[in-house]
Amino acid sequence: MKRQFSPRLLLRNGQLMAGLIIFMTVLVVAIGADYLAPKAFDEMDIPNKLQPPGESGVMGTDQYGRDLLSRVIYGSRIALRVGLIVVVIESVLGVTLGLVAGYYGGWADRLISFLTDMTWALPPIVLALAIVTALGPSLNNVVIAIALVSWAGYARLIRSKTQSLKNMPFVEAARALGESDTAIMFRYILPNTFSLIIVLATLSLPTAILSTTSLSFLGLGSQPPAPDWGVILNEGISLIFNAPWISIFPGLAIVFTALGFNLLGEGLRDILDPRMKV
Amino acid sequence: MNLPDTQSPVVRGISDLSGPLLSVRNLTTSFVTSRGKVRAVTDVSFDVDRGEVFALVGESGCGKSTTALSVMRLVPPPGVVDAGEILLDGRDLLALDRDSIAKVRGKQVAMIFQNPLVALTPVYRAGAQIEEAIVLDEIPRAEAWRLAVQVMGDVKISDHEERALSYPHELSGGMRQRVMTGMMISRSPKLLIADEPTTALDVTIQAQILDLLLDLRERNRMALLIITHDLGVVAEIADRVAVMYAGRIVEQAGVVELYEEPLHPYTQLLMRALPRLGKGQGRLETIAGSVPSLVDMPPGCPFHPRCPMAKPICSTQEPTARRLPSGRMVACHLVED
Amino acid sequence: MFNYAVKRLAFGLVVVFAVTVVLFGVMQLMPGDPIRLITDPSRVPEWRIQELRREYGLDKPAYVQYLLWMGKLLRGDLGQSIFTGQKVSILIAARLPYTLLLAFTSLLLHYAIAVPLGLFAAIRANSRIDRAIVFVTTALRAVPGFWLGILLMLLFAINLRWFPISGYSGPMSMVLPVATLTLPMLGGTVRLTRSEVLETLREPFVLTAYAKGLPERRVILRHVLRNALIPVTVMFFLSLPWIVGGSVIIENVFAWPGMGRLLWNSITNQDLPVVQGIIVIIAMLTVVSNTIGDIISAMLDPRIRIEMEEVAG
Repeated sequence: MKRQFSPRLLLRNGQLMAGLIIFMTVLVVAIGADYLAPKAFDEMDIPNKLQPPGESGVMGTDQYGRDLLSRVIYGSRIALRVGLIVVVIESVLGVTLGLVAGYYGGWADRLISFLTDMTWALPPIVLALAIVTALGPSLNNVVIAIALVSWAGYARLIRSKTQSLKNMPFVEAARALGESDTAIMFRYILPNTFSLIIVLATLSLPTAILSTTSLSFLGLGSQPPAPDWGVILNEGISLIFNAPWISIFPGLAIVFTALGFNLLGEGLRDILDPRMKV
Repeated sequence: MNLPDTQSPVVRGISDLSGPLLSVRNLTTSFVTSRGKVRAVTDVSFDVDRGEVFALVGESGCGKSTTALSVMRLVPPPGVVDAGEILLDGRDLLALDRDSIAKVRGKQVAMIFQNPLVALTPVYRAGAQIEEAIVLDEIPRAEAWRLAVQVMGDVKISDHEERALSYPHELSGGMRQRVMTGMMISRSPKLLIADEPTTALDVTIQAQILDLLLDLRERNRMALLIITHDLGVVAEIADRVAVMYAGRIVEQAGVVELYEEPLHPYTQLLMRALPRLGKGQGRLETIAGSVPSLVDMPPGCPFHPRCPMAKPICSTQEPTARRLPSGRMVACHLVED
Repeated sequence: MFNYAVKRLAFGLVVVFAVTVVLFGVMQLMPGDPIRLITDPSRVPEWRIQELRREYGLDKPAYVQYLLWMGKLLRGDLGQSIFTGQKVSILIAARLPYTLLLAFTSLLLHYAIAVPLGLFAAIRANSRIDRAIVFVTTALRAVPGFWLGILLMLLFAINLRWFPISGYSGPMSMVLPVATLTLPMLGGTVRLTRSEVLETLREPFVLTAYAKGLPERRVILRHVLRNALIPVTVMFFLSLPWIVGGSVIIENVFAWPGMGRLLWNSITNQDLPVVQGIIVIIAMLTVVSNTIGDIISAMLDPRIRIEMEEVAG
């Protein structure tokens, strides 16, 4: 059922507006980091190290005298980029497998369902840890690990949606017209799952950001001196007595970004299909 | 036959067993929506005598279900009863507090609903759901269970002793309807309201359910208020009928009178729209136009835009319900006394 | 019912085995050599290194190593830590109770708070307080657990000195870690409870219950809640693995002596046997929780029982 996208509808949904505003803000900060950040993220200034917020910087400085504000600003780039890549990988993987499993049924379904069950044999963080352990600590590996852990969520939902769609008249009509299975899956069924995918993707972005920063915090993702928010927080906890501000600001950035995407996703769900269960 | 008499005194709290069993007077129920207050039921009055079968007929959306729910005080929010009285044995149900009305439900007046497939709680067995009602009369559990199984037999469920242990999803639609009926008559209420009792069922089951209702009415000396859009059902079992349109009662009469000589234009058109066997009818007749939106009611008689006999007065003045010398009631400017 | 439970459990074990295969294979890809990590090549002769390698079975081909390991696992022997030489099972057994303590306390507390809150929000649906509850709990989902832990530590342990900063030292030391685990998860359960209750209230069978003459309390308890809380109850069991996963990170923030901290240490030290052992334990825990969740949901909802009986065949 298509709803008209009128500007008034957008405005009436406060969640959506708030989410959009936050999203745009973070996007602008990430793209315009070079102009917005007062200093380079790795510019050291030892004499000014461990300064609280004030004269030496809006957010203070860390143990090498680096400006925290700049580091947090550049961190948004990492967060958005990483989040996006994770979501793209997991959605492409999950949606494709979900379509195949739901459409064909039979052994394909059993195989794919077995794989998704395996993904759930471990809590996501633990599974991601295992994968990163094997591959070695780096941001790329964290991205791969998180994507491998999370595709199953998409697959499950798309699979059940496909199962309910494949028996509908318009699919039968397509088959009668002689359309191939692949065409039916991707040109007929897939477009009807777009709302579901959009909402799911928007809502999994914050999870991706939280997971990747968690792993970076543990030292398994981005490595110093990268201005990854998780890395900064890791540095912060060892300096918690001398420089508590280092532990506060990056976390606020994470919350701000994650909250924005959550609101956006919820708002999108409200306009696209309020009864959607994700 | 008693018609609404707005002059008789209302005796609150003390049962008046001399008059009609149910007396609905000037009932108005509305819903508060984002588009304003919508009147689903406007100034509806009718009586149901003890042991009689009274039918409330009309198209979808005419307010008949809301009327029934108002009697039970089960109108879901954002609905609210704005005005009127609902007298059961002389007691105004609308004036009772929450605990008192709960005591009336099931015991004095009960209701069976339209879609039996979803009307039973999925996690309890059929017999248990009937037993749950019976224990409200302070009958001990063991005895209550026995009675519940017996009730299932009364409503003609096959293998009722085994079925009492079945869960709702294990029963067919017809059986669930019977379980619901059993639940509601198990405490021998004086009035049973049946909201579209046959609509969701196959034709063969429909006939059985109607027979069952008539049978129960005989045995339990129960009055029946049937809500339906099916004139065939009305012809089969009703004693008296009230026709509703756009939230109002437009005509009330005994069933034979109504079918032989419908007075209100709407009733006449409804009768004509009924397919008749063996008359070589050709095309089925329909009523032109559609039911008005309750938010946007035309002035005057609600039916006038579709009425083939409308006169100028019909578009300006709303006709009031008038009692005719014959005892019938009709709300139309065109009907002479 | 019993058949189904057994079948589910067996399937779960198959999954665990599959996980161990994948795990083992993937660990073999690890760059780096654990032996060299613990020995100093300049002081330890090469023959000794090779000997150590043989002792730990690292010289054999991968599949042989796996079979050996599997064999020992089935006998309850998880091998030896490369780093400390202790038996892995002993290492884990020392840490497991602390993790479980944290996990169960958080789980119980979380449900004790979230379910009543969700009910309250459902009863007052769309009021300002309902919207406030939903917003706050949703916002909490955006808060990373480890950062919340740091904040709480900063405020309550360092500044106010109400609680110890880290480590286990009795109930007071549990407050901050438990709070960190519980708070972010509240959102999901509150919303689940709220939406299930709201949906159930709209069900026709609730109207039937009222029409029967049941008093309000009985309708709410026996018809509304009895149905609405089924998914919530099932989630209780399914959340346990999640909480254990969350504690992996929290334990590192608060230096809590549990499995999570051991896991992280072992990963950093490339102590393979310990890592594998912990992951196997967690996998089994997850499978058991999921199976229990399935069984409970069938017990509570007769409609699911039929599907299950069909599957069990």
